[in-house]
Amino acid sequence: MSDLLHVSSSPHVRAKDDTSRIMLYVIIALLPTSLFGIFNFGPRALLLILVCIFTCVISEFLFEKITKRKVTVKDLSAVVTGLLLALNLPHTLPIWQAVVGSVFAIVVVKMLFGGLGQNFMNPALGGRVFMLVSFAATMTNFEFDGVASATPLAMIKSGESVNTLDLLIGRTGGTIGETSTLFVLIGAIILILLGVIDLTIPGAYIVSFVVFLVLFSGHGFDSNYIVAQLCGGGLMLGAFFMATDYVTSPITPMGKVLFGICLGVLTGLYRIFGNSAEGVSYAIIFSNLLVPLIEKITIPRAFGIVRQKKTKEVKANE
Amino acid sequence: MNKYIERIYNGVWKENPTFVLMLGMCPTLAVTTSAINGIGMGLSTTVVLILSNMMISALRNIIPDRVRMPAFIVVVASFVTMVDFLMQGFVPSLYDSLGIYIPLIVVNCIILGRAESYASKNPIVESMFDGIGMGLGFTIGLTLIGSVREILGNGSIFDVNIAVLNDYHITLFGLAPGAFFVLSILVALMNIVRKKMEEKGKPLPPVQGCLAGDCRTCTLSSGCTGKATITKEVLPPVNPKDVAKPVPDTRIEVEHTSNTLNTIDVEKSGSDSSYADDDIVEKGKEES
Repeated sequence: MSDLLHVSSSPHVRAKDDTSRIMLYVIIALLPTSLFGIFNFGPRALLLILVCIFTCVISEFLFEKITKRKVTVKDLSAVVTGLLLALNLPHTLPIWQAVVGSVFAIVVVKMLFGGLGQNFMNPALGGRVFMLVSFAATMTNFEFDGVASATPLAMIKSGESVNTLDLLIGRTGGTIGETSTLFVLIGAIILILLGVIDLTIPGAYIVSFVVFLVLFSGHGFDSNYIVAQLCGGGLMLGAFFMATDYVTSPITPMGKVLFGICLGVLTGLYRIFGNSAEGVSYAIIFSNLLVPLIEKITIPRAFGIVRQKKTKEVKANE
Repeated sequence: MNKYIERIYNGVWKENPTFVLMLGMCPTLAVTTSAINGIGMGLSTTVVLILSNMMISALRNIIPDRVRMPAFIVVVASFVTMVDFLMQGFVPSLYDSLGIYIPLIVVNCIILGRAESYASKNPIVESMFDGIGMGLGFTIGLTLIGSVREILGNGSIFDVNIAVLNDYHITLFGLAPGAFFVLSILVALMNIVRKKMEEKGKPLPPVQGCLAGDCRTCTLSSGCTGKATITKEVLPPVNPKDVAKPVPDTRIEVEHTSNTLNTIDVEKSGSDSSYADDDIVEKGKEES
């Protein structure tokens, strides 16, 4: 009888998705833009991608061995971090700098805070910002077809015009994975169809960013300018692959919208009023820090529970 | 152990101001861009610390307890002014790179903390050695942080270029965030070493005094140094005309200092629930 009656606590219904499967989906979704990056920038881009992935996996493995924790390399999250980090680097970057950045991303941003699920900031972007501050010269040295060239965003910022079709396909200077809006969107559609991400955060991000541009950029509703701003930098890659990171984005529905608006406004602020032409990385990691607060103020009301009115606090002295 | 050597050991290792007490974080984070800056800041603080400790210790029976803080500040400020002018005259380059942080030694937590918790209660020679120990601990801490930051951020140490690192500079470590990273990693390493020592059977005694406790919620951290009895004596006798006015309550300070007075108070109150348990225990004894 006891063999027939199997008693267990919840959850009773399990989905087949686990961390490694979701990470695998993300890797598959990143493949189009990675392959295009390699095609666009040559074998050195491939080398950088491999170095970043390898360093991330090895440093996670070594950290867990040294601190005698359970080795979690198999969940592929380190691979995703390495791949995302590499896609955010210019292909001319010296190898040792990529190694330092990967180690920083995994050890400091992720493992020191408790590993996957505990990090308060997207590891790949944490690593990228660390490198942006440390290696300012090489991190902003963009080449395309062997010629040093400004990124489309820098060109817009200095008042030049850019070819919109080139931006969509990605035949421009920039980091390995960000140039081609088309291939990033293909990856994003794969993720959405597989149910890994939903459109709330990227949607709120892009809409609020466009609204910000229309209001404050000084160009009004100039569609060429807006398309160039959307496709010219890391915004698409950031919106679909980094802002939607489960660990560092809010889980409440309203929180996701708020988070997206934060991202859009901050990106607009950095891009239009900041010194640098790009600001997606900073916007995302800054909003990552706001996530606990956003979740605190957007806790949904449980069904049947009346929201308590705030009673006026009586001061102790009176 | 000799009590003088014990003071130095206490300052350098057991209660290292930088890595254990976490005091003086402002200069620690701000000036340690290079090893030479760290050692300069550490030594100038040490000099002020030794002199002020000795002076405050010598004056400890003269300074009225109620105005001790202003009195300490005046003493410390005099010495800092001397050090300030001396550095300006003899090591102008170091003076320039340390900038505002030399005058700011006046309000350095380490100096006021040692004056309050040690020098104002102990004889001159012990206080001097306490100053030497704490100052050395601070100097070692700052020099360590400065060296690591200089090696990683600038590829040199004590302004001597390290040829191997010529092309490998990580600029971030020379900037403000680098200070936080290096400090936290060094503190973590030190905690690992302390833990290992404890496992090997050399338990380190817990840090003494209020500085180890939770001072965030403590409004009386300056009075929280076991001075409850002294405070009572120094308070002026209550004028009979002022009886209606509330008498300053010194009990709060007693509660904060975990000395014997505290437990006596609790016992007198008789409301402690542990008494009930005591009865039961006694009954149990009788039965057996």
